[in-house]
Amino acid sequence: MKRENELILQVKDIHKSFGGKEVLKGVSFDVYKGETKVVIGPSGTGKSTLLRCINQLTFPDKGTVWLRDQEVTHHNLKEINRFRQKIGMVFQDFNLFDHLNAIRNVEIALIKVKGLKKMEAREKAMQELKRVGLSRQSLLYPAQLSGGQKQRVSIARALAMDPEVMLFDEPTSALDPELIGEVLGVMQKLAREGMTMIVVTHEMGFARSVADEIIFLERGKLLESGPPEKLFQNPEFERTRKFLFKLTELYGDINGYRR
Amino acid sequence: MENLIVVYQALPFLLQGIITTLGLVLSALALGFIIGVPLSVGQVYGSPWTKKFIGLYVWFFRGLPILVLLFLFYYGLFNMIGLNLSAFMAAVLVLGLRSSAYQAQIFRGSIQSLGQGQLLAAQSLGMSKGMAIWNIILPQALRMSIPGWSNEYPAMLTESAVTYAIGVMEVLTRGNFIASRTYRPMPIYLTCAIIFILLSYTGMKILHILEEKVRIPGFEE
Repeated sequence: MKRENELILQVKDIHKSFGGKEVLKGVSFDVYKGETKVVIGPSGTGKSTLLRCINQLTFPDKGTVWLRDQEVTHHNLKEINRFRQKIGMVFQDFNLFDHLNAIRNVEIALIKVKGLKKMEAREKAMQELKRVGLSRQSLLYPAQLSGGQKQRVSIARALAMDPEVMLFDEPTSALDPELIGEVLGVMQKLAREGMTMIVVTHEMGFARSVADEIIFLERGKLLESGPPEKLFQNPEFERTRKFLFKLTELYGDINGYRR
Repeated sequence: MENLIVVYQALPFLLQGIITTLGLVLSALALGFIIGVPLSVGQVYGSPWTKKFIGLYVWFFRGLPILVLLFLFYYGLFNMIGLNLSAFMAAVLVLGLRSSAYQAQIFRGSIQSLGQGQLLAAQSLGMSKGMAIWNIILPQALRMSIPGWSNEYPAMLTESAVTYAIGVMEVLTRGNFIASRTYRPMPIYLTCAIIFILLSYTGMKILHILEEKVRIPGFEE
């Protein structure tokens, strides 16, 4: 636990409905600096929606999100754009800008949003690509990269903005099994370096080795949360045990990312 | 032999029409582009009222025959509002507005085929929606539109001959003028046809080169 660190992000009682169906029914949790939170839960329980409510890509119907002592929710669009710079996001299907090569993918927001000069932006972008192990692929276009490389570029793109917290929305779900390791490796390294992260994933090996806390979301509610050891060995609810067992069986186990 | 002499004598006069025809076609296409791009963006990302208004605009300009539009605007509307335009300018305006409706649909298709993902990614980096559309969506959508857009050029070229009806001095108007004077329609109209074919061919070639030039690496056919 990193509770002695400062509080970076607070999610308070988030509700969200789509077309009359309530997807999130009041979810709250706190994220401390350097903490890695892993969010798990059956599909359709609002995990992605929860992440999008945090950076306001989806506006919650009720509830608030706080970045340090500032409220992210209920601001005008300009303010929200400012907050989004500090909240990095990595998507399941990468969403790289297809018309730009790797380095330009990383530097475009630095230039257009942060107003960096071309040279500065390029230098920073190169640094971030190196950080995810892709300095040699900097001139390749998304269509020329493997899935794992694409996802690493998208991680570099988010990192370049120097975010306070990173959101990962099932970052390995669209990848071939043999490419998952390289992405998880980068994420693990980030966690070690002290990046604050919220990760929606089914990769239990990653959750076990990296997570400070696992949040189990079911039917739009936070059913149970706690450190991985507790949830794996001694969960409060039978439902949690069953779900974790299923995930471990399907996606990997204690000793490695893959069986 | 006599036919050839007629054509030879008529040629300078006909060729001058190329300037008018090309001027008309290129200006109308440019106008259609300048109006068509924002229309397509509005049609995809606009408010319900914006979408409705643009839908109506598109429906109007695609639903009426060109001749009806030309007469309606040139003899009707422009006169009514006291806009004293030359036949050429009126033709540019009418063909351009009409083209904008068609071009908007081409661009809209490309924008929609891109999906939401990249827009969300751009916004997650702190870009405003407008910034993301300008920097991320449009550069890709416009590239993707080139093959479809390539139809607009020959379509506009062939349609431009209709402006003969309001007296724009383009290739056909000139051809008609000579044909009625010399009583030799066949060689004259054949020459006009060859001019149109050559203009069409050259334009398509240029568009194809453009398409190759802006191709995104990795997207091979």
